Amino acid sequence: MSPLDSDIAHLLAGSMVLLSFLLLYQDRMFALLNVFAFHAFALAGSVAWQAFEQRAPHLFITALIALLFKGVVIPVALRRIVVRLGIHRTIDTVVSIGPTMLFGIALVGLSIVVMLPVTQAEGAFVREDLAFALSVVLLGFLMMVTRRNAVSQVIGFMSLENGLVLAASGARGMPLVVEISVGFSVLIAFIVIGIFLFRIRERFDTVDLQALDMSRGES
Amino acid sequence: MGQLALIGLLCTPALGAVLLAAIPRYRLAAALNMTLCALTLSCAAALYRHRPQPSLYLLVDDLNTVFLFVGALVGFSTSVFSAGYIAHELQTRRLKARDLRFYHAMYQLLMFAMNLALVSNNIGLMWVAIELATLTTVMMVGIYRTNAALEAAWKYFILGSVGIALALFGTILVYLAAQEHLGQGMVAMAWDRLTVSSASFDPSLLNLSFVFLLLGYGTKVGLVPVHAWLPDAHAEGPTPISAVLSGLLLNVALFALLRFKLIIAGNPHVLAPGPMMVTMGFTSLLFAGFMLYRRRDIKRMFAYSSIEHMGIITLAFGLGGPIASFAGLLHMTMHSLTKSAIFFGVGYISQLEGTQRTADIRGLTHSQPLLGWLLVLGVVAIAGLPPFGIFTSEFLLVTSTFARSPWLAILLVTGLLIAFSALALRLHGLAFGDTDRRHLLPAWRLAPMTLHLLLVAAAGVYLPAPVVAWFRHVASQLG
Repeated sequence: MSPLDSDIAHLLAGSMVLLSFLLLYQDRMFALLNVFAFHAFALAGSVAWQAFEQRAPHLFITALIALLFKGVVIPVALRRIVVRLGIHRTIDTVVSIGPTMLFGIALVGLSIVVMLPVTQAEGAFVREDLAFALSVVLLGFLMMVTRRNAVSQVIGFMSLENGLVLAASGARGMPLVVEISVGFSVLIAFIVIGIFLFRIRERFDTVDLQALDMSRGES
Repeated sequence: MGQLALIGLLCTPALGAVLLAAIPRYRLAAALNMTLCALTLSCAAALYRHRPQPSLYLLVDDLNTVFLFVGALVGFSTSVFSAGYIAHELQTRRLKARDLRFYHAMYQLLMFAMNLALVSNNIGLMWVAIELATLTTVMMVGIYRTNAALEAAWKYFILGSVGIALALFGTILVYLAAQEHLGQGMVAMAWDRLTVSSASFDPSLLNLSFVFLLLGYGTKVGLVPVHAWLPDAHAEGPTPISAVLSGLLLNVALFALLRFKLIIAGNPHVLAPGPMMVTMGFTSLLFAGFMLYRRRDIKRMFAYSSIEHMGIITLAFGLGGPIASFAGLLHMTMHSLTKSAIFFGVGYISQLEGTQRTADIRGLTHSQPLLGWLLVLGVVAIAGLPPFGIFTSEFLLVTSTFARSPWLAILLVTGLLIAFSALALRLHGLAFGDTDRRHLLPAWRLAPMTLHLLLVAAAGVYLPAPVVAWFRHVASQLG
């Protein structure tokens, strides 16, 4: 493999980490959805590059799913939900943006420190890909934890899942990657349909999860 | 023969789900649901004697036959309980006929997903099956469409998905460690190949993977601190689902954890997985024990008791060794039977009393003597008093812990006592006291509960030699 090949892989995977930071930083709903669409595009590019590099044509299916389903269908559907539910105002966060970004940087540092020594035996290609993937996963977690609003939590979950697909496509010759990415798409479709059909807005009059806590018998 | 039983085990519920989705009449559907579960049970029983040849995808061995049989048994008796339960829900209009069609189809789909997770030899396939099981239970938890039910389903969905995502990352890391030695492709995901050759895998990758797997599948087991979905899902869904969640799904997730523990334990250079499991198990036991005190909802209370018992079982398997693993297996079996029996009783109680608030339920032994006393027996059993089977397993666990690390044993006993006194305190208010209510319940509806409690009592008094030999053999494999 030439250095240029792995540079391209790093560029694509690295741009996913960067976009994860942008997701963390966004405080408007529509901008959040747009950035997520770019996140999915970066994933699609990254997986397609892996498919090309590994001579694994089935990974192109995963790339296509990422491109069409996560890059187009989901953002459009979520945008309609946001309009319908009237929640396009700014997003409530539990922790303010500044500390969240600092914490995110620490998480990226952590995943590099954890992953690079562990994967000594693998080639540089796999190693750094995995480190990027873990960063994306952890940033996705951070987003889910720091957002109160259901739609942005879902976006956090989807960006986390993009990280997992990145890791799975980077693991050489891993079977079932396509099936798993289809499985995840089904899961996400259910979540999105769930927000809409469970009528979270209608039932609770808010998509703020803190309000959901109140309806429980405990508090 | 074995091959046939295996096919039956997977195809019966899968085809049943399709069939039940098409049947509008609920009586017919409930009867069919029972028949399908009985068929699945007989397939699981046949697998005990006749094992098919393992393939790259499916595997039947000593470990999963225990889980399969317990699962199919609880699945069957829950389907009997469910038939009586949903008839009442339909009368009170909490569920509509259309919901029931969905409910029955999901029930069989859940059985399919759990059987698939148990017999799969492929760590990727196992992951997919557990994800499917999660999805089906989420839908059933939210079936009442009340605020609380939707919130519970949402919480379960998000936490379950996060857990399942972590587990996938762990699975990818295990594959990465394996593919260097076993070559790329399905072989490096086949569980039986992984356990045999895990000694030559990269230890640092395995270390990292187990952290992800423990947290990921631990979420589904309901271990503290990733347990938050469990009480809500138990309290707000239909009670048959609470019984299946506690009796089956938690076990399946634990089974996945045990499979990976065996892979990790095969490599001498890896951090021992035991202490991590002991820590999480013990935290769950203690936390749930304290949480039991202030529960105002009867189903929520028994859900915390499930967290407590899953903690005990995880602790037992984490401790390892022939006696502790034996105790873990026995405890898992007994807990499945007892907790589902309790949920059967609680389901009827909440229907008859029209509430799940413990403060509003009094004097059950007067208002409904048979149900009331069965509940008393169930709570006595789950609290770990003799002559029930949970006493046997807890006793074995405590003695083997004393022999190996006395300090841990003292903590363990403290945890058990905390939970015990919480249950005893609540039981008094629920079962005794004056009440002028009288309820009538056909005796056959209590048959599944009676059967489970009889089995648990019988196991506490005398455990048949073949069962002991079976469990001992599995325990020796678990190490």
